[in-house]
Parts: sequence; C-alpha cells; structure tokens
Amino acid sequence: MPIETQKITGGYKNKTVIRQIDLTLQNGEWLSLLGANGSGKSTFLKLLSRILQPTKGLILLDGKEIHDLPPNIVAQKMAILPQQQTVPTGLTVHQLVSLGRTPHQSWWQWELDVEDRQKVEEALVQTQIDRESDRPVTQLSGGERQRAFLALALAQDPKILLLDEPTTYLDINYQLQLLELLNRLKQQRELTIITVLHDINLAARYSDRLALLDRGLLYGVGTPAEILTPEALIDVFGVKVEIIDTPVGIQICPIASCVT
Amino acid sequence: MKSSQKRRSTTFNSRIQLTILLVTIGLILTLALSLSLGAVHLSLSELWQAFLRQGEPVNQTIFWDLRLPRVMAAVTVGAALGTSGALLQGMLRNSLATPFLLGISAGAGLVVVAMVTLGVFQAWIPLAAWMGSVLTTVIVYFLAKTGDGIAIERLILGGVAISSLFGSIQTTLLLLSEEGRIQRALNWIVGSLNGRGWSELTMAGPYIAVALLCACLLARSLNVLNLGDDLAVGLGVSLARSRIFIGGVATLLAAGAVSVAGLIGFVGLVVPHGMRLLIGGNDYRWLIPLSAAGGALVLSLADLLSRMGAVELPVGAVTSLLGSPLFVWLLYRRSY
Repeated sequence: MPIETQKITGGYKNKTVIRQIDLTLQNGEWLSLLGANGSGKSTFLKLLSRILQPTKGLILLDGKEIHDLPPNIVAQKMAILPQQQTVPTGLTVHQLVSLGRTPHQSWWQWELDVEDRQKVEEALVQTQIDRESDRPVTQLSGGERQRAFLALALAQDPKILLLDEPTTYLDINYQLQLLELLNRLKQQRELTIITVLHDINLAARYSDRLALLDRGLLYGVGTPAEILTPEALIDVFGVKVEIIDTPVGIQICPIASCVT
Repeated sequence: MKSSQKRRSTTFNSRIQLTILLVTIGLILTLALSLSLGAVHLSLSELWQAFLRQGEPVNQTIFWDLRLPRVMAAVTVGAALGTSGALLQGMLRNSLATPFLLGISAGAGLVVVAMVTLGVFQAWIPLAAWMGSVLTTVIVYFLAKTGDGIAIERLILGGVAISSLFGSIQTTLLLLSEEGRIQRALNWIVGSLNGRGWSELTMAGPYIAVALLCACLLARSLNVLNLGDDLAVGLGVSLARSRIFIGGVATLLAAGAVSVAGLIGFVGLVVPHGMRLLIGGNDYRWLIPLSAAGGALVLSLADLLSRMGAVELPVGAVTSLLGSPLFVWLLYRRSY
C-alpha cells in the first residue's frame, strides 16, 4: 500500500475542512476525488502532499508517517501538480523540467548528472513536450503548459502522482488528451494516481475507484459503478441524474437540481 | 534529440559566457581606472611599483592606504548589495524587492542617527548599524510568522510598517539635532565610501565572503521557490527553513554593506534585473554569482564617477542618480 490515511482531520486556520477520513490506495491504482464545491477535495490533496498539516490522524507513505520522513525522501516518492501553477518567468521548458530532479540531488550539486539528464529526457518525451524544450514556459499554450508541469512531476520519478483539477482551463480535446496521457503513464510507470476532478463522467471513465466527499466527510469509496448511484448523487451534489451505460463505461446525465 | 541538446546548451551557455566576459572586462577596467585616477594620477607602471612596495613612498601610501581599501570596499559592498537584492527578489517573488525591503535601512538608519545626534559611541557606528539592521529584520520576521511558516505578504508589509515607523523617529531626531550633526548623519544615510579603510573591511569582509558563498549554495532552492509554494513543497523544499536561510543570508549581506558604507540605494534593485536581461533568464545558479560581480562593477564605477568632479559626491547619490533612469530603461527592455 503506497499511501494510506488514518482518520485524518485538518484544514485551514480556525476552519476544519476534512474530518476523520480513512482511505487506502493500492499500487498502480487511479483514484479520483469527487464532491460538491467546498466538500474538501483540494484540501484533502493538500493534506496528503504536506502543503497543509493535519490536526489529527496519520498519513502513511509506504507504512511510515509522512511527517516523520525528510521532505526530499517524500518528494522522491510522491509528486504533486497543483491546481494553479505559478508560471515562472525566464525559464525554458527544459530548465523547468530539470527542477523535477531537485529531490534526488545533493545540496551542492550544480548540474544534472547522467541519471538526471536521462530522467528529464524521458519525462519530456513521455509527455510529448520534448519539441518545445527550448521555448520559454511563459510562451506555451494552456495544454502545453500542463504537459510541461506534468513532465516536471514525472522527472521526480515518483511512484505516486497527486493532481488537483488537472483539466481546468483546458478545452474538451486537451482534457481527453491529458487524461489519456495519464492513463498511459499509469501503465508504463505503474503509477498510483490521485486526482481531483470536477467532471464526473471523465472521472468515471478513467479512474479505477472514486471517493465521494460530502462536507469534509468520506461519503463512500468504490468503483464508478458501485459509487455513482442516483441516491449518492442526490445526497452529495443535490442533483437528480439518469445513469446510462455506454461502451466507455457509465455516464451521468443530470436531469434537475434538487436544491430549491 | 542529441542535436536539440547540443543547440540548447550552446544557446544557454553562450549568453552566460558573454555576460561573464563583459562583467569581468568591465570590472578589471573600472578597478584599474579607480586605482589610477584621483588627485594624484598614477600610471600603470607606478601602480605596479606601488603594488610591489617599490618607487615613490607617497605613491605607495596612496595605493595601499587610500585607493586600494576604497576600491576593495566598493567591490565588497557592491557584491553584497547585488547578491542580497537577487536573493530577496527570488525569495519574495517580487521584482521590486531590494536589500532594504525588510527594514534594514530603517533599523540601521535609526541607530546611526540616534548615535550621531546624541553624540555617543561614535567609533561603534559601523557595528551598531549592523546590529540595528539585523534586529529590525528579526522583528519583521516575527511579524510575518504564521502558525507553521513565514507569510510573504506579511513579511513585505511588516517591513514597510517598521520602515515607516523607524523613518519617522529618525526624521524627528534629525530635526531636533544640531546642524553639524545633521550633516554627518545625512552623509551616512546617503551612503559614502569616502575614507573607508582596511578596518571596516577586515570587520565586515570575511563574513560577507562566507555569506556570498552561502548565497551561491541557496541558488537551487531559489529556482524551486520560484515555482510557487505548493510545487516547492512537492519538490521537497521546506518553505519555512528556506525562507529563514535565504532571508538571513540576504540580511547579513545587506547589514554588512551598511556597516561599511551606509545606505547605498539602487544597486540591490537594478543589478539583478540587469543581469537577468543580459543572461536572458532567471536561473539563480548564474544570477547569484553574476549579481555579486555586477554589483561590484556598478558600485566601483559609481564610486569612480563620484570622485571625478571638482567636489566629491557621496556614492549613494550617484547610484540613485544613475539607478533610477537605468531601472526605468530595464523595465521597458525586459523580456525575461
């Protein structure tokens, strides 16, 4: 089990967002977090990635409490792609992706070594951004930028990848391309992936399991077919839906809002 | 792929190499002119003889006791200010950050003005200025402290608030003091290298050198911090620890510069921007050492210019005079 949470509770100053969540992921599994706005999906991801400190509970990475491990060891095993990235000025794509090797480098290391260079090139090729290596990151389109930041995360050579709404600001074509790419990477690298996604249908199509969050509590976790029931969607989103079976899995068709 | 690698490294290195070449040649020429020009002109051969402690005794005195310590002070102070500016601009992700943003100038200024206007402990002014700088930054850091880290906005706003408070006390003290003392305090506030000698250098020089080395080692952390807090944490950087280290080194550099030459403005702001423009990027592994070399060059040149007229100007006045238009020009040229 690469990552496991035991009754974690946490949030922001004076505001507890996540309460008592137990979740265990398997190796090579893709889990998507779903829930209404403010349900705590991004906060949960920030707790997992140590951006926020839990007030209670444990987060175990390969069986060890994550806050007891040195930050660079955690970063060697787990990479995060935040929802909004600061776009650095004056950096080319290659320079950006090279920074992904930081957790593997000693503090006096000035340049990439042979292994670093190999991992950076691999990440650039796998995310199909290698042709843009010399371009400044600021000149990339939204889709290219997202792939460049994904390459940065892959250059860390992680076993676990956390992505907070990676398809935001992308058109439907780029959304599909990115999720297909993640699916391929999951197979090639045996990655464990945790994503926050707003699009229930895309989440159902690509994820092995879904975790539904409702006002900071874990409503349920299971395969898309198990968890996406009309009752659950009324409870969590306040929406009446029709569930349709399609060749690419179940699809949710919203019918009416139950909130008046 | 190999050809793209080759092209990338060539493009990247050639601009940096050119910048290193330009700054080195500029620095050597400026230092040679600074040692040579003055009330008594020394030719290259006279300089060489004086360096070997041969020839006219008066030339040896001019070289060893007047010009060399002053030039060394300009190089040391300029390097410290340039590096400090680059560190703070990177750490705060704010291109307007200067070495004095965290209240360093206000703290040092208040202590020095108090000592000058009250006429006490005059010999201890450099050390007191250093302590004033460091203590003020510590106060600003405490103001910026959140539960488990340092908030950048609070750090900047805390620096502004403390600077404003200390500045008003400083002005009040100046208004209440005798005229002769105002002049002396002003000379120090504007920043000057006039009369700076080996004693100031031996006091501040060694630890400025160590801080410069530490700054170079912090360059990789700065590159990662530039990606934003969330990604930096994801890449294994401890935000609080990095900010304390980077801010601490930047403060020690600026405080060291202040203790030698007073409050010299614009070097810490303009030099990192100029270097970014020259290398065409924001890679702190190069930006930090080049800001040190660029700061040394700019302050040596400003000091040389300040000595060229009939009346010697404080070097701080020259850097501000040249720095403001240069900064505006850099802002319009910037493409990094």
